[in-house]
Order: sequence, then C-alpha cells, then structure tokens
Amino acid sequence: MGTALDIKIKRANKVYHAGEVLSGVVVISSKDSVQHQGVSLTMEGTVNLQLSAKSVGVFEAFYNSVKPIQIINSTIEMVKPGKFPSGKTEIPFEFPLHVKGNKVLYETYHGVFVNIQYTLRCDMKRSLLAKDLTKTCEFIVHSAPQKGKFTPSPVDFTITPETLQNVKERALLPKFLLRGHLNSTNCVITQPLTGELVVESSEAAIRSVELQLVRVETCGCAEGYARDATEIQNIQIADGDVCRGLSVPIYMVFPRLFTCPTLETTNFKVEFEVNIVVLLHPDHLITENFPLKLCRI
Amino acid sequence: MAPAEVVTRAVRSGELPLTSMASAENEACAVRSVACPSQAWRLQKVLCGRCGAASCPSQTWRPGGAGRGGVRMGSRADGPRTSGHVTGKMAVFPWHSRNRNYKAEFASCRLEAVPLEFGDYHPLKPITVTESKTKKVNRKGSTSSTSSSSSSSVVDPLSSVLDGTDPLSMFAATADPAALAAAMDSSRRKRDRDDNSVVGSDFEPWANKRGEILARYTTTEKLSINLFMGSEKGKAGTATLAMSEKVRTRLEELDDFEEGSQKELLNLTQQDYVNRIEELNQSLKDAWASDQKVKALKIVIQCSKLLSDTSVIQFYPSKFVLITDILDTFGKLVYERIFSMCVDSRSVLPDHFSPENANDTAKETCLNWFFKIASIRELIPRFYVEASILKCNKFLSKTGISECLPRLTCMIRGIGDPLVSVYARAYLCRALLTEMMERCKKLGNNALLLNSVMSAFRAEFIATRSMDFIGMIKECDESGFPKHLLFRSLGLNLALADPPESDRLQILNEAWKVITKLKNPQDYINCAEVWVEYTCKHFTKREVNTVLADVIKHMTPDRAFEDSYPQLQLIIKKVIAHFHDFSVLFSVEKFLPFLDMFQKESVRVEVCKCIMDAFIKHQQEPTKDPVILNALLHVCKTMHDSVNALTLEDEKRMLSYLINGFIKMVSFGRDFEQQLSFYVESRSMFCNLEPVLVQLIHACVAYCFITIPSLAGIFTRLNLYLHSGQVALANQCLSQADAFFKAAISLVPEVPKMINIDGKMRPSESFLLEFLCNFFSTLLIVPDHPEHGVLFLVRELLNVIQDYTWEDNSDEKIRIYTCVLHLLSAMSQETYLYHIDKVDSNDSLYGGDSKFLAENNKLCETVMAQILEHLKTLAKDEALKRQSSLGLSFFNSILAHGDLRNNKLNQLSVNLWHLAQRHGCADTRTMVKTLEYIKKQSKQPDMTHLTELALRLPLQTRT
Repeated sequence: MGTALDIKIKRANKVYHAGEVLSGVVVISSKDSVQHQGVSLTMEGTVNLQLSAKSVGVFEAFYNSVKPIQIINSTIEMVKPGKFPSGKTEIPFEFPLHVKGNKVLYETYHGVFVNIQYTLRCDMKRSLLAKDLTKTCEFIVHSAPQKGKFTPSPVDFTITPETLQNVKERALLPKFLLRGHLNSTNCVITQPLTGELVVESSEAAIRSVELQLVRVETCGCAEGYARDATEIQNIQIADGDVCRGLSVPIYMVFPRLFTCPTLETTNFKVEFEVNIVVLLHPDHLITENFPLKLCRI
Repeated sequence: MAPAEVVTRAVRSGELPLTSMASAENEACAVRSVACPSQAWRLQKVLCGRCGAASCPSQTWRPGGAGRGGVRMGSRADGPRTSGHVTGKMAVFPWHSRNRNYKAEFASCRLEAVPLEFGDYHPLKPITVTESKTKKVNRKGSTSSTSSSSSSSVVDPLSSVLDGTDPLSMFAATADPAALAAAMDSSRRKRDRDDNSVVGSDFEPWANKRGEILARYTTTEKLSINLFMGSEKGKAGTATLAMSEKVRTRLEELDDFEEGSQKELLNLTQQDYVNRIEELNQSLKDAWASDQKVKALKIVIQCSKLLSDTSVIQFYPSKFVLITDILDTFGKLVYERIFSMCVDSRSVLPDHFSPENANDTAKETCLNWFFKIASIRELIPRFYVEASILKCNKFLSKTGISECLPRLTCMIRGIGDPLVSVYARAYLCRALLTEMMERCKKLGNNALLLNSVMSAFRAEFIATRSMDFIGMIKECDESGFPKHLLFRSLGLNLALADPPESDRLQILNEAWKVITKLKNPQDYINCAEVWVEYTCKHFTKREVNTVLADVIKHMTPDRAFEDSYPQLQLIIKKVIAHFHDFSVLFSVEKFLPFLDMFQKESVRVEVCKCIMDAFIKHQQEPTKDPVILNALLHVCKTMHDSVNALTLEDEKRMLSYLINGFIKMVSFGRDFEQQLSFYVESRSMFCNLEPVLVQLIHACVAYCFITIPSLAGIFTRLNLYLHSGQVALANQCLSQADAFFKAAISLVPEVPKMINIDGKMRPSESFLLEFLCNFFSTLLIVPDHPEHGVLFLVRELLNVIQDYTWEDNSDEKIRIYTCVLHLLSAMSQETYLYHIDKVDSNDSLYGGDSKFLAENNKLCETVMAQILEHLKTLAKDEALKRQSSLGLSFFNSILAHGDLRNNKLNQLSVNLWHLAQRHGCADTRTMVKTLEYIKKQSKQPDMTHLTELALRLPLQTRT
C-alpha cells in the first residue's frame, strides 16, 4: 500500500472566489512512518489556449499553441524534511486568493480551445530510493458577482419558411409556424435558460425539437485570431410530433465547468449561443440562433 | 382417550350386565356346562349360543345370565327353576314366525271392497288410480336414469353450435397462462373487494395495479430491444486479465456505453424481453454495488429510452411497469446513498429532515446527479430519470420538489406520442404523491382537483392529512363541484385508513357539521352513509347513536328514505359490521327506530337478513338478554312474515336458517320455564317455516329430556319418556328418540314393587306390563342404530326385564315374554304393520336380510325357552290353574304368530293344548271357541295345515 497523499479542500463544492481563503488539509496516511525531504503545496491558475486546426494548420495547431497565461501561482513549504509517524497525518493549509498586479481571477472554464483551470499540487520529496509523491487537485473559482443591475432581455421569435435564410428551394419546404420566446438572453449562469415554444402549425410531422448550447471561443494570437463555435450540449425538448398550439417549455440548465460568464479579454473570448433546432419529417433541419450573455450575480 | 373409553365401557356393562363380550362367552360356557349340568335349557342355550357365537357375535342377550361368570349363576341356581323337570321334547323349539299379510288380514276384517268399474263415477278415482300407478312406475323404473339419459341424449342446439368451434372458447383454450392468471387474479381481487364492500372504495394501491397490468397486457408479437452489450463484455472478462487489461476493458466498456455499440435485439418473445429487462435491473444493482455510478446511470437512461418505443402497443403498459420498476430501484439507490452521506457517526437524519440537516458533501453529490441528468440528451430518458430521483430534491431545498413538479409536468408536453406522454404523467403522479398534494393545496379552490386527489391517492396519505383536507374543502368554492361529494370522498378514505388518534373526534365534528347542513336528502345520505363507517370504526355507541339520530331526522321528512334504501341499508351493514356485541348494538337507542325507516317489505327483509347473519356469525355465547331477544324476535318476525305462497324454497330455507340460528343461541340456562315459554312464543311466531318448527321441536324434545327426570311419579316418567320418544320419532329426531327409549329402559329397574295410587299401595306389576306392552309396540318401528347391534333396544329391554325382581308367584314376566314374542314376530315380517312417515323402520333398513331374521329367531327361541321353563315351574297343585291359562295364552300366541307348518312348533302347540287341559283347569268354552277359530282359519288359503292341527286337538270333557 505504501504511502498515500491526498488533498482535501474544505468546501465540498470546491468553489472559491477571489479574495477568499482557500483552505483544507493535506492528508498523509501510511502504515509505517514516512521519511521525507519536505512537503510543499503549489496553487496554480492558468488559461490554456489552443488554436483550432481550422483556423491554422494542423501542425501549427498542435505545436504552436499559444503560451499558457498564468493567472496565479504560489508555493508554500508545508513541512520541513523529516518523518511522519505511522497512521494518518493531516496538515492544514490556507491560501489567500489574491492576484498580483492587474491580473483577474477568471472563472473556471473547461472548453475546447480555451481552458481556465485552477489546481492545487502537493509534492512530497523523498530520498533517492523512493519516488516523490505528487497529488493534484482542481478547485473551482467563480468570478465575483457582476456589478450593476441584472436586466432580463426577453426575446420573442417566430419561425416560418419565410424567416429562414440559407434555403435553396424555399418552395419545397413544408409550411409551418413556430412561435416562442426566451425569457431572457441575458442569463444568470446558475439559473436555467427558460422560455416557451409553440408549434402553431406544421404540415410536416415534427421529429424533434432540440436546444443546442454552443460555445464560441476566440483566441487572439500573432497571426490574428481564431473564432470557433462548438457544441457543449444538446437537449431535446420535444420528441415526436407534439401537440399543436400547446406550449413546450424551453428549459436548459447551464452545465457547470463547461460554461462560465461570458468572458472577453485581450487575448481570448468565451461566448455562448443557443440554437433552437427543429427537425421535421422527412429530413428538414431548421435552426434559430440566439446569442446569450451569461453572467453571475 | 383410551382410559375414558374403558371407563364408559365399564359403566355400561355395570348397567347392563348381560351385554358382555362375545369373546368372554366361550370360556363362561365351559364353566357353566360343568357347574350346572341340570340346567338343561341353559345348556342347550349355551350350545345354541356356541354355534351362534361365531356367526352372530352381537347376540348379547342371554337370559339367566348366560354371558356372566359362574359365580352369579351359582346364586341363581337357588331359584325356583332348579326343581323343574327337564323334558328333552320341550327343550328345543325353533321359532318360525308366520308370514303375515297385514293388508289382507285387515281387509278381511272390513267390508268387502267393491272394485270400481271403468267409467263409474267416483270423485277420487282419477287421483287414486292413475296417480298411484304412475308413482309406482316412477319408483321402479328409476327416474333418475331416464332423466339423466334424456338430458344427455337431447341435443341442446346452443351447445352444439358452441361446441369446439366457438372462437372465444378456442381463444380461451389457447390463451397463455398469463391471461388465465390475470383472470384469476382479477376474480380474486374482485372477491377481495367484495370482502371489503363495507369499505366501499375503489381505491387500489400501486402494488395491486402493477401485478394486474403485467398480467393483463401481454403479447405474442416479437419485441425488439435496443441494448448496449456492455454487460456481456464485462462478464467475458476473466480473472486472469492483468490489471491494466482490466482497466482497458473497463474503459472500453464505458466507451461502449458512450458510443453506439448498442445492439438491437430483434425477435424477442415477451418472456425474453422480460428476462432482458430483469437482467438490466440486476446489472444496475451490480453496477451500483461496485461503485460504477455512471454505468448505473447509463443503464437507467437506456431503459427509459425503451419507453419511447410503442411499436408493440399492447405490451406497452407492461413494459412501463417493468421499466418504472428499474427507475424506482434507481431512485431508491440514489436517495439512500445521499441519505447515507448525511448520516455521520454523530447523528442519524430523521425521516422528515430539512435541507439544513444535510451536509455539504451530500448536497454536492445530489447536485451533481441533477446536473448530470439535466444534460441527458433525449427528452424521455431525461424526464424519467429526473422524476425517479426527484425525491432527492429534499436534500437541496424545502421547496425543491414542488418547484420541479410543474416544470416536469410541462416537460411532458414535449412528448409527441400521446400514449408515451400519458404514461409519463402517470409515472410522475406515482413518484410524487406527496408533492402533488402540496401543489394541489397551493392551487386551492379547485374542488374537482381536490376530489380527484382524494379518490386517487393512498388512503393512508389522505387520512393523515384529514384536517388539512377538511380545511381545504371548507375553503374551496362550491361552484362546479359540490362539497358533499368532497366530503364523501374524504369519508371513503377515512374508512380505509385511520387518521391520527388526536384528530379523530375533531374530524368527525367538522365533517358532520357540514354534512348535517346538507339540504338535499340524497346528497345528505350519500355523504352520511360513507361517514358512518368512520364513526363506527373509531367511536362508541354514543356517537353512532347521534349519527343515526341525525340520519333519521334528515330522512324522515317527506319520506325521503324511500329513495335511499340502498344507502340506508349500507349504513346498517356498516354499523353491524362494527358492533359485534348485540347487546351494545341494541342499546343504541336509535338503531331500532332506524330500522323502522325500511318500510318497503323486501328491503326490510333484506336488512333483517343482514342483521341475523351478523348475529349468527358473531354471537359466540348463548344469550338470554331480553333486549337482544326482543329485538331479534322482532327482526325474525319481520322475516317470517314476509313468507307467502310465492316465496321461493331457497328463500324460505335461507330465512329458516337465520331464524334457527337465532333460536339456537337463546338459552335461559336452568330456567327451563323461560326456555319453554320462549319456544312457545317462537312457535306461534314462526309457524310458516317448517325448518323452524323442526328446530323448535328439537329444542322442545331436548327440553323434555331435561325436564322428565325432575318428575316424581315413576310411571309418569316412563310414559313421558315413551311419548317424548314417539314425538321425537314422529319428527325424525332419531337420536333423540333413542335417548328417550334408553332412558326409559334404564328407568325400568327402578320401578318399585308397590306404588301408591290414590292413597292405596298397589302392586306395580300390572302397570309395568301395560307400559311395556305399549313400549313394545313403539319399538317395532324404531330403526336400529347403525353403530349398535341388531335390535339393541329390545335386547337391552330384555336384559332389564330379566333382571327385574318380579313378584314371586306372578306370571307377569312370562306375559311380557309372550308380548316380546309378538313383537319379534311382527319384526320378522317383510313389511311392518305400521310405520311413521319419513322414518325407515327395520323392515326397510334390513330388507328382510336373513341374518337379521336369524338374530330375531334366536331371540324368539330364548324367550320361548324362558316361557316353557316357567310353565314347568307351575307344575305344582296350587299353580296348575295358572299353568293352564298361561299355556293356553302361549298356545294362542303361537297360533297367531307362529308358522305351524313347522313340525316342532306344531308339536309344541299340541303339547300346550294338552297342558292347558291336563288338570281340568281349562275353561271349556274358551277351548271350544279356540278350536272353532282354528277350524275357521283353516278354510283360508295358506292355512289348510290348520285342519290337520285341529284334528290333533281333542277337547277334553270335564270329568
């Protein structure tokens, strides 16, 4: 079994805000006493940007990824070289979440081309004969509530064959009328996206109605910038030929980690959009796009 | 058991010393033959007995104590008989009774019957002649066989059409056992429901419904199932795999789940399908147990996806049941896991905890589940899985569930297939009763909704919230849905489940406050009827009385009760069902007035039947409570009075059964007078129902049996025993009759020699003789008890007579024996002289069986031997006259009953004739008359042998 190293963050949800103190314990458990050359703890926050293969070449995308931006980095020595007794040893720690200079603690975000991640790493150095022990643990940073009042921005929409763009043969389209609204395109990230969709009429049977949450990531670099839209999740809200005239709720929870408040910096941007996708029999796909603005209050 | 038996046997043999065992007999015989060689008749008897012993072990009666030990015999040897002469000639006389044709004899004594010519007028003729003829035919030509053959031979057009070719019956024949089980199940449930008819609710818990659905919705079509094959792969992985490989397979597995390595299984039979789903259920549990939460979730998602497929629609309900079972399992697993996270060493979370009690880890885990589920792509699985763990919202916030509910409800709108969406709704309702309730409460004012809630939800659920409901019912506005229906629904629930103890009275008060204000009698009674159940269940007679009084008050004006008999009947039924103690029931003051509302006779009788039924069922102890008696007599009288000419036999039987049940339960203990007067009263009341009268006779017979021993006069007692026995016999109470006769027999030894008649002491023998003759006449028709020996009553009586201490110098005993001879002769006839209607006497029981006749004849021989023995003892001067008259009477007996074609008997009679005249004591005129009679008889057919006899009977002139 040997020696186990673990980091336990005090908050169960591991969520911290700028200015708070990240606290927890490092747990060393072993049957026998452990000789070591010191235990240190590192807190690190970085933004990883990656260029998509689409905007630059494949190789460039792989090799020339933009250098990670370090947001926060600090190391403390927890224990001087010595010996841990057998059993479980807990060493408490505290990190104040303060940034240097004009840097900002961006909110944790796991994307495709943009990744904002915060980790705690505990290293136990040991003698030459034994391997060093390392344990990494992610913690989550939520940005501070945005100042200013949150104002909902409802959107009504109507979808008919006429409102569609990008149609080759408009005449071949079956007739339909979809009406609906989103309660707000300004969204609080902890609150679901809500709204209603009514199929007023449709010649063709409806196969499915889906909500597609899309992230739009923009990375700036020397050669310019790359903007890529990828799907985060796709939520079906109607399955089959729904009742006409009866409103179907639009409801989508923003997934944690994969969404963050809309972010715009000098080097990169993270934005979100939602597509309402209606699939008609036999093979029509209608998409209505709504840019969203996410915030945290 | 065994010792008791020994004791009774000993007692019996003590009473009746002569009824000894046949096995002991041979031994005794041996002793006897040595000890008393002079007692020839006995010796012969013994010989006779010995030869008979093998064939007729039951022949127990041996005069002179043939069955007894030598000691007793020795004592007897001192008796007068020792001096008698033994003549071999007179010793052995086998008895042969004359065959009597009672009818012919009877006819010959009457005026000659004139045959009626055809066409002659006679008012009774068509009945007497034709009817009797057909009857005879019927009896001989077995009606049953003809009727049965006719029924089988006559072709029923309907059955011939239906036979075999009927598509329904063919369907039924090929129907799979599931359908059969379903039918049985439903019938059983129906029965259950009938049992619960008092409750009168159509509520069924899910568990019931589940089985029903599974059994009912089946299919023979092929089903298909979309499954990932992960589970199989997991199984394939053997223990020999290296760790890294294991990890790899697991990763692959997860990928399998992730990506569409699903395989569509086609052409599954229903059973295969069910098995597959059961496998999934198992792998869900396994996955959960092995901490593969994600896999578990994936299985659940896969399963719920199956619910979007309605291709074999008739199987869908069953599919729904199977899959929601899995969902329920999943929901429970998740809930329990999160719940267990809240349980730390310090404390255990109470059942009704608030979110503050849940710790952060638990909350985080819970939240994670919800986030995970919220990202399920497809609508139907997302809906089902979320609904299945909805209960976990409790960990997050107090209002979480009620907030989710409308959202989930709306979410169902997105399901296009109406069937699927309806089932989705059903699942939501099932998963979330409590929260639905809260929501209904908030919506408020919707009476219709409230009613639906009350009629659909678990009764326990409603009952525990009764006060809330009452509050809501009060508040809701009455437009559209009347309040009394709401109260009715609530009452139905309360009849099924009990509200909290503390609320009970308040609930009743609150509800009744509203109910009593209902103006429309129909509304009122519909409501009241339901609430009576609740009242009876939880309260005393006082409250019930109040309720009944209120009902009476409402239903009496304008004879409103006339329209509400069914409800009123239900009320009575419910009251009866809860008050098993009838003394309490009838002490409910308003109960009888309530009964008075049933003025339509048929309904009234129905109600009475219910009451009596309950009484018979629940009354354990006999009662003499005047309140019960009066009330029930009244009830029974009502039932009885409903009987008229049109009443069906079945109905009569039912009523009789009920009334009899009541009569049986009435007992005044030792107070026989009361008991009798009750019977007398009952008789006058229930004279139209024969079974009741029979019951009363039984009762009276029993009464007689108990009462007779208390009388002082011995002959009164004897005669009453005899009469009661006759009455019992006449009413087909055979065992009672036997008991009476046995009692009479065992009383005979107690008859004293002298009795006091009108202040003078007189010898009792003549009275005894008279009684016994009377008794013999009755014994003729008493059928033998199947468990006792042949003619056991006669034997026992003979034993008693034998042991009775008769007057010295009296011939009564012999006269009695002569009478016995008459009795036995009569008994050996093919058809007896008289019968009792509906009682089969020995003639029809034995049907002239030769063994029976042999037994009979043996008894006769023994009796004759006794008589002859006695005659011999009278060979002294002072007794010659008695010998003469006794001899003549014996001669007459033989003449009347014996078959004189038998030489020995013939010889005996001649000897007797001589004996009677030997010493000139005979009355010549009697002798002459007798001879004349013989000659006259000899002219009859079959009696010609008497001519010869007459020639051998000389008349002795007085010298």
